[in-house]
Amino acid sequence: MIEARHLLKTFRDRKRGEVRAVDNVSFVCEPGRIYGLLGANGAGKTTTLRMLATLIAPSGGGAVVAGFDVTTHPAEVRARVGFLAASTALYGRLTARETIAYFGRLNGLDDARIAVRTAQLAEELAMEDFLDRRVDTFSTGMKQKTSIARTLVHDPEVLILDEPTLGLDVMAARGIVRFVRECRARGKTVIYSTHIMSEVEKLCDRVGIIHGGQLLAEGTLAELRQQYGEEDLEEIFVKVAGGEAIA
Amino acid sequence: MKLRDTLTVYRKELRDALRDRRTLVSMFLVPAVIMPAIFFLFGAATYQVVKTAKAQPPVVAVLGGEESPSVRAALAAQPGLVVVPAPDDWRERIADKRLRAVVEIPARFDALLASHAPAEVTIYHYEGEFKSGFAVGELRRFFGDLRERALAERLVERSLPAGFARPFEIRTENAAPPEKVGGNTFGGFIPYLLILLSFTGVIYPAIDLMAGEKERGTLETLLCSPASRIDIVMGKFLLVLTVSLTTVACSLLSMTVSLIVGGIAMVGTGRMAATLAGEQGAATLPSLDPLGVVGVVVLVLPLAVLFAAVALTISLFARTQKEAQTYLAPMVAVVILPAVAGLLPGVELNSTLALVPVLNVTLACKELVSGEWPWAHLALIFGSTCVYATAALAGCVRMFGRESVLFRT
Repeated sequence: MIEARHLLKTFRDRKRGEVRAVDNVSFVCEPGRIYGLLGANGAGKTTTLRMLATLIAPSGGGAVVAGFDVTTHPAEVRARVGFLAASTALYGRLTARETIAYFGRLNGLDDARIAVRTAQLAEELAMEDFLDRRVDTFSTGMKQKTSIARTLVHDPEVLILDEPTLGLDVMAARGIVRFVRECRARGKTVIYSTHIMSEVEKLCDRVGIIHGGQLLAEGTLAELRQQYGEEDLEEIFVKVAGGEAIA
Repeated sequence: MKLRDTLTVYRKELRDALRDRRTLVSMFLVPAVIMPAIFFLFGAATYQVVKTAKAQPPVVAVLGGEESPSVRAALAAQPGLVVVPAPDDWRERIADKRLRAVVEIPARFDALLASHAPAEVTIYHYEGEFKSGFAVGELRRFFGDLRERALAERLVERSLPAGFARPFEIRTENAAPPEKVGGNTFGGFIPYLLILLSFTGVIYPAIDLMAGEKERGTLETLLCSPASRIDIVMGKFLLVLTVSLTTVACSLLSMTVSLIVGGIAMVGTGRMAATLAGEQGAATLPSLDPLGVVGVVVLVLPLAVLFAAVALTISLFARTQKEAQTYLAPMVAVVILPAVAGLLPGVELNSTLALVPVLNVTLACKELVSGEWPWAHLALIFGSTCVYATAALAGCVRMFGRESVLFRT
């Protein structure tokens, strides 16, 4: 489970002074559910997710992830979280097997457990053919599968996915969508940030629309449609975000 | 801090580095092959140039001396010179390197010699030009011999002994032991090379492991793991240090081999073996105190830690690999300058200089390879370098904890 309470993140900017990248964001994501964080570029999605993954510390507020406070127990949080983002890359000179083993060890798994998990993940993700090849020879799809395996090696109860389909081709993106659904089916807590409306419609049980660092709307798709009187999610987003960006 | 996580990161970085051609080149190829090859080729080329220059007698011209046929004839017969008549534009020809030197013989030189009157021979040359200097040497030798012969004749005329005009001889002989001669000759150069290589050895891995990982996005992947930031940075630091020390070890090994092979090539196996065995007959061939070389390595150790920590910190601060290169390239000069200052004559180890990083190690190394062990200064140098290295490492760990730096893209 993820529970964000009045999350705040401020940065100092030379020109703009203090900037509130995330401003008083609160939401709850239950196990076996996918929470979609919808927002334009620069809305505060990545900063929110980085705080939940304990990569950066909140300036105010707090969050409890998998039962641990992100501020006081960051290592415990990271041990229970799988974080996958477009910006989390792989080591080109390692093989897929070595990559999985490396992150398995860093997550405290012993060699026997790593071997079992590698075999399981390779079978589930159809990675057997390229498991012992170096990552820098991989296609985008192979890299994506390896990233998923890296994220799941310690079987985390929470998945934080930050625009995971960014820059992927259609087939690789479909693979991610399928993987997220399977994670939900296994009872994992999933938070999924994107600016692609169709992905939200396909995947998310609840949606939070973030804009200018603030969570401006939240609910199930049905609730949002009813509240804003629009069927199309894009129209709802534009209404919430306050109009067209380009006239 | 968990040692298991530090070692996990270190082992992964080591495996990664050993698969990276650029790291292998900077770690093994440059110190073990390229540097000795450059020195060897440079030495061989210099030797060849000097040999060729000496094989070609310099062209010199004679001004005046028409009334002195004997000296002109003797000069023309001198085997190390090609004597030509002096053209009108002889000064331009010297400047254009078509003539190496011109010697001006005073009027009635033979007669002046015979009458014991004073005379002055002038040699015109190109200051600083190698072949012109060589011609001057030959001319000075010729006229020096001529003067000696004239003096001997005068002494005979007056029935005076040969020692009359040369009451005593001056002879010089080296009294310092060969390791001290070696220390003085190579003492500054060897640590200079080791210090330079231990720094250049850290540059590429430091850039790749911090700025490179930030740029490629792998650092964020690593930060998602439960490993603490101190474990991650220590694992990376150990790898950079390993590369630096391997570079130094390869360089030491190649220098030892080059010294033995070069020594055998230059002076023959017998004399080289005698030198290595420390026999008295080999006293003129410089050697190094092996224990001193071990001391040098011990002093370079904390310096390598300092270099690795500083390079990692700078690389971590940079947004991209290019930015890191821009910051680290001038650092080479910062390292070289104190190392070069240690080679300057008159710069000797004292309590103040023992606290100046890099320079202190260079000066101490000069003493060590000469077989001198100034313990108080050595302790000060080792201690102060350890303090600097610890502070730099602490700064690096602290920097790695700053999210504004880690996510500075």
